[in-house]
Order: sequence, then structure tokens, then C-alpha cells
Amino acid sequence: MRIYLARRLAQALLVLLGVSFIVFFILYLTGDPVLILLPPDASAEDVQKFRETMGFNDPFVVQYGRFLAGALRGDFGQSVRHGEPAFNLVVERMPATFELAGAALLVALGLAIPAGIVSAVRRNTLVDYVSTVVALLGQSMPTFWLGIMLILVFSVQFNLLPSSGRGSLEHLVLPAITLGLFTTARITRLTRSGMLEVLSQDYIRTARAKGVSDPPVVWKHALKNAAIPIVTIVGIELGTLLGGSVITETIFAWPGVGRLSVQAIYNRDYPVVQAAVFLLSSTFVLVNLVVDVLYTYLDPRIRLR
Amino acid sequence: MTGEVVGKGMSAETEPARVLLRPPAASTGLTDPAPIILFLRRLARRRTALFGLIVVMLVVVAALGAPLIAAYDPTEQNITDRLKPPGSLDTAGRAHVLGTDHLGRDIMARVLYGARPALMVGFAAVAISGVLGMMVGLFSGYFGGRIDDVFMRLADIQLAFPFILLAIAVIGVLGPSLPVIIVVIGVSSWVVYARVVRGAVLSLREREFVQAAHALGSRDGRILLRHILPNAFTPWLVVATLDMARVIVIESALSFLGLGVQPPTPTWGGMLADGRVYISTAWWLATFPGLAILVTVLGINLFGDGLRDTLDPRLNL
Repeated sequence: MRIYLARRLAQALLVLLGVSFIVFFILYLTGDPVLILLPPDASAEDVQKFRETMGFNDPFVVQYGRFLAGALRGDFGQSVRHGEPAFNLVVERMPATFELAGAALLVALGLAIPAGIVSAVRRNTLVDYVSTVVALLGQSMPTFWLGIMLILVFSVQFNLLPSSGRGSLEHLVLPAITLGLFTTARITRLTRSGMLEVLSQDYIRTARAKGVSDPPVVWKHALKNAAIPIVTIVGIELGTLLGGSVITETIFAWPGVGRLSVQAIYNRDYPVVQAAVFLLSSTFVLVNLVVDVLYTYLDPRIRLR
Repeated sequence: MTGEVVGKGMSAETEPARVLLRPPAASTGLTDPAPIILFLRRLARRRTALFGLIVVMLVVVAALGAPLIAAYDPTEQNITDRLKPPGSLDTAGRAHVLGTDHLGRDIMARVLYGARPALMVGFAAVAISGVLGMMVGLFSGYFGGRIDDVFMRLADIQLAFPFILLAIAVIGVLGPSLPVIIVVIGVSSWVVYARVVRGAVLSLREREFVQAAHALGSRDGRILLRHILPNAFTPWLVVATLDMARVIVIESALSFLGLGVQPPTPTWGGMLADGRVYISTAWWLATFPGLAILVTVLGINLFGDGLRDTLDPRLNL
């Protein structure tokens, strides 16, 4: 177990190292940051001097080393736009993004698992068809369109819920549904197929033959075994949720990391972009590490691999 | 419909593929139709898949035939006829079935033309990521060891990025244009393909016909190309179909954020972004391009699901 943990941790660190390299490399490719940082009328001499002081003339590896050393200390440089450290700007926005992603995940799990189970248990009934069709629609619906349509119905037509901003619980409803729908659809389908597979296993038949009644069979015997793929997908879906927050936050003017980074890209505020991508990716890696460890408790076979 | 119970006793996920690629051993050779016909028949029996295929074909027709079908030039502006609701007539007495937008452009025409960038990006990006992923999967699965380790760690790194954020960062830096969008989406979407192909190769590698080819002295390259690739192709095809849906959503998301194919070319995402501004006064601006995306993606998903259930029901996607 300890060996497994150590190996998994080493893998996570390696992934983060790779992430940092790619984040740095993409912005290295952008060419000369001096042209963005200095006013267009700066003299050639000034440009040269600025380059020297900022270290843009150093070899690639040296620059990357400096970036990595900074990133480890949480130093991604100053935001070009706000004049504050980019790291602080991003960290300030993190709670809003986590709140939204967490709420979306709750919506997804709260809807998807019951829907998937009922669908599997009452296979080929009206309930199953409705839930399957809804899941299929949910999986095919672009987030941003859903968000706009929800605003159209609930904010513009009926004036029930606010269409932008953060604060009260009401503010959270529309963005959470918007962000969570795709994940809901995926988990519903996964739960349904997982449950169907488990319900046809011999040990379920054995339990039934022993006279165990329906609810315990479904909830205790079947769900426990169907939970394994669901837990994995939750970790992966969290990545989708963190990434999807970029669009949802833009639509609902939600003050999170996603909106901040979109604005930073428009403003060519690259330190903020680097910090945002790096921190969101790190979160994702961390969550998946936790999920993997949880997984070994659910399915001890994993530890042996 | 999700992949569910397969006949018990079937060995691994490669069985259905084999059934498809080779006629059954007991074939009389006279009455048995070609495998492709068998496959099409089986697919046709799944009505939802067939429906999906028809929808996708209609979208393709709309994209290709846009100049013939559309009654208007999608970029033709007409300020006196702006924001006309669906079904209204303009000052010249011409009908606008889906209404006009804030610049007086015909929405029907724009929705039809919008299918073009969506499908173009869809096909091209899937081709790039599909080929990349196929190669990685083949090498990783077949050779294993170090190569496998390196590729699988690369896959982890790729998956750690919030995809949309990575895409907008790169596109924001390089500037939005059709080739950039295609390459960015294509290069960053190889992981699913690689994983699925790798999985298939891992089990194929141990099969008798591969071992036999080995024993007969075939080289690795030949074994990969002639024996393994054809059998790893079906799961790949399923992934490619379903991934196309995802790519089309991403393309429209990028256009929505202003980082897609640039105006005046009509894109569904761009139309949605325009429509969002007028959401409280003109609902039709945002509604129809969104429906176009929904219908297209739904069609592809239905077809892809049917394809999976027909070809490779065990594939868990």
C-alpha cells in the first residue's frame, strides 16, 4: 500500500512537472513578450536593456528553470494589467470557481445516481426511456447555449433567478445547473450501464435466491460494486467542470478563475494565464490523486497492480 | 443506449470486431452477404442510430449545399430590417423563416452556412487526433515497457489540463484562424484514441494469429499494420465518431468566446455570442444556432452509440 502511494505521488509530481513545462513553453512560443510589456514607442536601446534585466536573452532552459523555481514559490510574476502578483489574483478567484464546480458536481451526482439506478432497475419502462433521452440530450447540449436559454427562461421571461454575479444561493442555481448538466448526463449513463452489468452477476442472483429483498440488493450489493467506475469518472469529470467553468463563468459573469483567465487572454496578460492554467491543472492532479487513493479502498485489487 | 450485456463466453472486446472483419468459418460462400452488408443491416436495425445517421447526413448536405439552399447571402446586411422575428417579411417583401439578426442578416442562411466551419473543424481535428492517437496506441500497446510508460505519462499530463483553457490560451497567443483551431484541437485530443487502441492492442498481441505471424518471421511493422491495426480499428472508429461531437461543441465554444473562425464567416458559436447580447429583446438570435449545434451533436452521438453497440458493445465510453 505504501509503495503504491509513493509511486502514485511520484507520478503526480511528474505530471505537474510536465504541466509546468507546457505552460511555460506555450507562452515562450508567443514570441517576444517585450513587445507587449513595453509601450510601442520604446526605443531599441530601451527594449534591449529591458530584455537583459528581465532575462529574456537567456537560453530556453535557464528561462524555464527560473519559471519553475518561481512557480514552486507561487511566483508567476506581476499581472501586466492589474499590477498585482498573478498568483494572488488567481488564488483570490479560486473559491468562487470551487464553489461553482462543487455545486455542479452535487447537482450532477444528486440527479444522476438515482436516475441511473432507477433506469437500470426499471429497465425498458417509461422512466428508463425518459431518463435515457434526457441524458442523451444533456450530453449533446452545448453548455453555453443551455446557459443562455436558462437565462432567457428564468431571468428574462419569469424573472425568477438572477442571471449574473455571485453572492446568494439564488445566484448559484443557474450556473450550477448549466455547468453540471453534461456531467449529469455522463454519470447517469455510466451508472445505468454499470448497474445493469452488476445486476446480471451471479452474486446478485445468489443474494436474490437467498431471499434478500429488492432494496438491499440494489443499494447494498449492486451499488457498491457499480460505484467503482463512478468514483473514477467523478475525478475525471472534475477536470471537465474546472475547464467548463471558463465558459459558464463567462456567461453568468461569475467572478472565478475561468472568467479571469479569459479576460487575461484578451488582455494578453500572460502571467495570469500561466498561473491560472497551472493552478487549475494542479487542482485536477491533486483531486485525481485523492480519487485514486479512495479507489484502493473501494477495490483492493488495484493495490496489487 | 449504453453498452450493455454481451453474450457470455465471448473472449475480450475483440470478438465482435473479428466477426465483422472475416466471414464466418462455416460460410457457404454463396448466400452469405459481404461483411459490410451484414454490418449495415445490423446498424439499420437500430432505429436511433439510423436516425442519427440521417440527421448527420442532412447537416452535411446543408453544409455542402448552403449556397443552393439558402435564399440569402449570409453576410448581406440590411439595417432597415434588423431583428425581425421568425416568419416575418422584410421591406422588400421577402420572407425570413428564422428571422433576421441585429445587422439584418438572414438567420436561416447563417445557420446553414454555419455548418461549414463546424464540420470542417470536426473532420480535420478528428483526423489529426485520430491518427496521432492510433500511432501512440499501437506503439504503446505493442512494444510496452519504456515507450508505453512515456506515452502514458504524456497522456496524464495532457488530461491534467483544463482543455478549453489550454485551447484558448494557445489560440489567444497564436491568433484565431481555421488552421490554428484545427491543429490545437487535433493535437490535444489524442489521448482517448491512444488509450482505446492501446487496450485493444494489449489483448491482440497475445492472440494466436499474431503469435503465428511472429513465428513465421514477420517484422513488427508488418504485424502492426497487417494484423493488429485492422483489428484495433473498430474501437478507434467508435471513438472517432463520438469525439467528433465533442470537437464540434468545442469549435462553437471557441467561436462563442471570439476565438474561433473570425467574422464575417458565420459560425454557430459566433451567432450565439451575438444573440446573447439581444437575449431580452430577440430570443431567436441565440435559439436557432444553439438548436443547430444540439441537433448536429445529438445526431452524431446517436450514430456513434449505435456504432458502438453494433461493433463493440463492451467499449466503455
